[in-house]
Parts: sequence; structure tokens; C-alpha cells
Amino acid sequence: MPSRESDIATPRLVIDVAGLQSLIDSLRGDGYRVVGPTVRDGAIVLAEMSDVAELPRGWADDQRPGGYRLTRREDGAFFGHSVSAATWKHHLFPPEVVSWQARVDTEGIHVEAPAAPARYALLGLRACDLAAIAVQDRVLMQTAHPDRDYAARRERALLIAVNCAAPSGSCFCTSMGTGPRATAGHDLALTELVGDGEGPARSAQVPAGAERNDAGAGHRFLVEVGSERGAAAISALRASPPSASDLDAAAAVWSSAAARVDRSLDTAGLPGLLMRNLEHPRWDLVAERCLSCANCTLVCPTCFCVDLREAGGLDPRHAEQHRVWASCFSVDHSQLHGGSMRWSARARYRQWMTHKLATWHEQFGTSGCVGCGRCITWCPAGIDITEEAAAIRATDGLTGPPTRARG
Amino acid sequence: MQSTRRPKLAVWKFGSCDGCQLSLLNCEDELLTLAGAVEIAYFLEASTAVTEGPYDLSLVEGSVTTPHDAERIQEVRATSRHLVAIGACATAGGIQALRNLADVGEMTRTVYAHPDYISTLESSTPIAAHVPVDFELRGCPVSRHQLLEVVSAFLAGRKPLVPAYSVCQECKRRGNVCVTVAHGTPCLGPVTQAGCGAICPSFHRGCYGCFGPTETPNTAALSDVLRSCGMSGPELVRIFRTYNTGAPAFAAASAAAEKRGGPR
Repeated sequence: MPSRESDIATPRLVIDVAGLQSLIDSLRGDGYRVVGPTVRDGAIVLAEMSDVAELPRGWADDQRPGGYRLTRREDGAFFGHSVSAATWKHHLFPPEVVSWQARVDTEGIHVEAPAAPARYALLGLRACDLAAIAVQDRVLMQTAHPDRDYAARRERALLIAVNCAAPSGSCFCTSMGTGPRATAGHDLALTELVGDGEGPARSAQVPAGAERNDAGAGHRFLVEVGSERGAAAISALRASPPSASDLDAAAAVWSSAAARVDRSLDTAGLPGLLMRNLEHPRWDLVAERCLSCANCTLVCPTCFCVDLREAGGLDPRHAEQHRVWASCFSVDHSQLHGGSMRWSARARYRQWMTHKLATWHEQFGTSGCVGCGRCITWCPAGIDITEEAAAIRATDGLTGPPTRARG
Repeated sequence: MQSTRRPKLAVWKFGSCDGCQLSLLNCEDELLTLAGAVEIAYFLEASTAVTEGPYDLSLVEGSVTTPHDAERIQEVRATSRHLVAIGACATAGGIQALRNLADVGEMTRTVYAHPDYISTLESSTPIAAHVPVDFELRGCPVSRHQLLEVVSAFLAGRKPLVPAYSVCQECKRRGNVCVTVAHGTPCLGPVTQAGCGAICPSFHRGCYGCFGPTETPNTAALSDVLRSCGMSGPELVRIFRTYNTGAPAFAAASAAAEKRGGPR
């Protein structure tokens, strides 16, 4: 296991369910919009919330290539599910924002900066989500031309991770070195310890008459503080230091989650492998299945491509520019003088996968993939990036027409 | 536009239900702005007052289904500086293009008490099959936002911003949960052009393709997905034969499903 588990320099304490509610309450009191997981339309989605009752208590998810189903779990865990359907990009890098707008009148042209974005406390981030945010930070902020909207949102945000206890069938964070335990990038990291008989003892910490106590009996959360902002957020909470059994229980959650990740991607020499196989027949086979629908890129927590669209309307005195999510699966994404460079699905899938797993390293110094598995689950055709990479590795150097057999 | 006069807008109806013209009338707030920006010179759905052509911009709704309309569209083209086909009928022949797969004589005899009064063509065809078209705006009906974008673009002399990618892009931007992946609901979103704002998936329904095929629709791969959602062979034939039955990609997908057959 990583050495960080024994890193006792990280301040740790324990809160119960009422404490989690108090955290939400105090964040809201501090002007944060708290966003966390909830059940909607047959999936775990992210929504603004004010009450722990909105969390997906007792729900889990079954994810596999091209498939997602909610399932029940008996233990009443609040966070006993895998990654959310949509990503935190919706809050930190929203699908459409107004970049700027301008108005012309008799006195001249007036450019108006957009309003300050909302201040989010993101509750329930997984380790892979934190890794993805770190990737987006590099792409969107640590550059000569930072994205101002992203930077503003990011600087105002509070990141509260909840360590993953239930990886799905699509997850492969262990291959990418990004999880399942949150080790960096969080302000707070929680580990949910589902009741094991210590609930009643903990209830002594809850103020007398707290209504939510019953619902949370036996539940507690080990809280690890990752930043001063995180420390400030919990400074007023009723909390106790963790007992030895709390720490043991948390360590068991971390190690069992890691053991449950059974999908893998062999990253050894992966950039070189893909870049020397650009004419591999596997690209033709995947293109037969690829819908070019762009779902993989839109659920990917690191994909950052956008269009800048002029949205002026009929009034010639008013102009707006919107930043809108775009995808390399659109033909016009590679539009240059004379036409699109990537007209075929083969070229577009290859571009996406080689960027994510290979050329991202050259461009940004890391992989563009964090192993969250969303592209696998939410591809209607069930295309699996780990399977595609493995197929190329198994036949490294192959060229020529594709055979029908799919590896 | 060089002169100070307002550009003249004309709206024409061919074989259609008038729904796209209603989308224009439904612009409400923007309608006054539009009326300020252009002279609405010919729009019988809105006004019987008619100004003679030529027109700077003609919006044409409907498909060509009669010998008379086949002549009339030539006149419209001749009197229009720019001609934009609007809606599934004008861009793909509409639902009435189902006749292209059947015996029109037999259909008229079945439907009309006096079929000898009916003068109709064997097929329903899009406007572009008859005259050069400057732009095709998809949808059944068209999106009023896209319609205003097209009019604004032509007034400004720029290319309309009307993406040809999939409905999935709008659906995911809205934060919808995918109805196919999470519910097993058959959905044409991956092969259907965006523009509607992913209305049907937003209400937990599968997309039924009223904006026609995307720029590069992989209908064969989607047909495999639809079958795995439990769609039968005949259902697969029908799902591609609705408002855009005459769109080549959907027509081919439907024909392929018919050829392959499959369980009911």
C-alpha cells in the first residue's frame, strides 16, 4: 500500500452523520453552493443540495461497457456508489458560459465582463475526480493564457473527496495511479465508515434533540484535512479524534476498494506503443462500432475542448461570445483551410485515444486519462478504451486490412 | 446590405403541415426585432398583405409533391436572392416521402373518394432536388433559435452556426442521463443532428430522429445498439422511416434492417 496511509501528519478526526449535515449547513452559511451526488433518472448524478437525505443512501451502481444500472445495497451507505454519471466539469468548466459581451451605442463600444461565477463546495469527489481536476488545472490555468472563468471557479471551490469504497466494473484507477484513495488535491477527504456497533457511542457527540441522529446512527466519517481551507471548513464542527478501530476500519475500506478494481490498462510504454501503431487495423474495427456521437469526450473529466461561438442574434448593437463544450468527434473540430483533417471515424477515434493516452504526455507531462471509466460506461456502443489498447498491444506492429475477429 | 432599405423576407409553403412557419411566428419576443430588421414581404401564414419580389431571403417550407409545386419552386428560386429550405419536408421530403416506397396510385385510390381529381407526383422530394438551395435547416419542426440564427446569419452575410453533430452533444451538455445506457431505451440521438436541444431524452424518451442524420451517421453500429435494446426487425425498419424517411442515410439504414429482417 502507498506510504501515505501511514502519514499521520495529516490532521484526522471523526464526525457522524449529524456532523456531515453540520458541515453542509456551515458551508451554505459561508456562501458555498454545496453540490453532491444524488439519485435522478436512474443514475447517480450531481446536484445542489442542502440535506444529507438527498444523498444516494443505500444505492450502488453497476457499470460496464455501454451499460449503467442502479442497484440497492443493504448497509445504508451514503457514498456506496462509484463515479457519478456526469462530471464535476459541469460546475468547474460548464458546458456553456458567456465569455464576454459587448454593446455599441452613441458613446462607443462597451465590453462587459461576465459576472463572478458561483462558489461551489463539491462533496463526494472521488480520487480519480481529483486527479482529473489536477489535469484540468494544468491545461486551463497553468498556461500562458489561463481560462479566466475556470480559474475563478477553481479558486473559489472547496473540494471534499469521499474515498471510493465501491469501484465499478468500468473503473481502472489503479492502473493510472489515480485512486481509489484520495491522496492529493482535496481540501477534505472523507472515508465513510458504515455502522459497526459504535454508532450509539458516537451519538453522544450530537446535540440533544438533533433530529437527524436516528438516520445516521452507527455511521461515521473519518475526515482527513488536506488544506487550510479544509481545516477552516470543519473548525466549528463537533468532532472527535479517531480511535484505533476507526483508523483500522478506514484502512480496510481503502485496501478493499483497491482490490475490487478489476479492470486494468497496461501503461508500460503505452505512448510509444500507440504512436508506432497508427496504421494498425484495430482502428478500422473500432471505427465500425464508433458512433462519433462524442459521448466519451463529454463525460470525460479531462476533455477540455471548446468552441468560441459568436451569439449576437438579430440586434446588430449587441454581441456575445460563448464558450461551449466541443468534441474531437465532430467533423468541424479539425476544420482547416480546405476541409476537415479527420473525416473518418477511424481518424477521429484514433485522435482521441492517442491524445488521451500518448500525446498528452508530451503536451502536458501526464496522461490525459485518470481511469474513471466513464467513457466505457457511457459509450452507447460499449467501446472500451482498455480493450482497444490491449488489442493493439497484443498485435504490436500489425498492419494491413482488418480481420473480423474482435480481440 | 448596402442600401438603407430593409431586406425583403418571403416565407413559402409547399407540401407540409405549416409547423415550421408556426415556429417562426412562435418567436414572439424576437418577432418584433425580426420585423424591424427585415420587411416581411410575403408570409401568407401571417398576413395576406403581399409585396412583390424579388426577395432577399426566401424561407421555403415543405416538399415538392405535385407537378404544380415542381413549377412553382422554380419561380420562387428565380425571385429569391437567397433561398433557405426549412424543416424535414423541405430538406428530406418529410413524412410524405413514405410514398416513395409505395404505389401512389393505390394510395390515392384508397384515401380519396374521387382520386381522379388528385394530381400528384410519384415521389415527395426535398427542395434541393429541384433548385439550388443556399442552406438547409433541419427539424420537424425547425428550432426557432436556429431559424433566427439562420436569418441573422444571412442578414450579416456570414455562415449560419448550425452544428451537424449529434443530439448526444446537446444531451450531455444538459446533464441528462443517457436513456440508452442507463435505461435500455432505444434512441436515435447518436446518429441524429443536434438542434432540438435534446428534447425527447430530457423527458426520458428516445430521440426519434426528427432533425435527420448527423454529418457522419454510423447507422449500422447504432442499429446493433438498438437491437440490443430489444428493438425488433420491423421496429428498426420503422424507426428510420418517420419524418426524415427520405434522408439517404436513414433510408439506407431502414432498407438494411428490412433486408436483414429479424424477430418481431
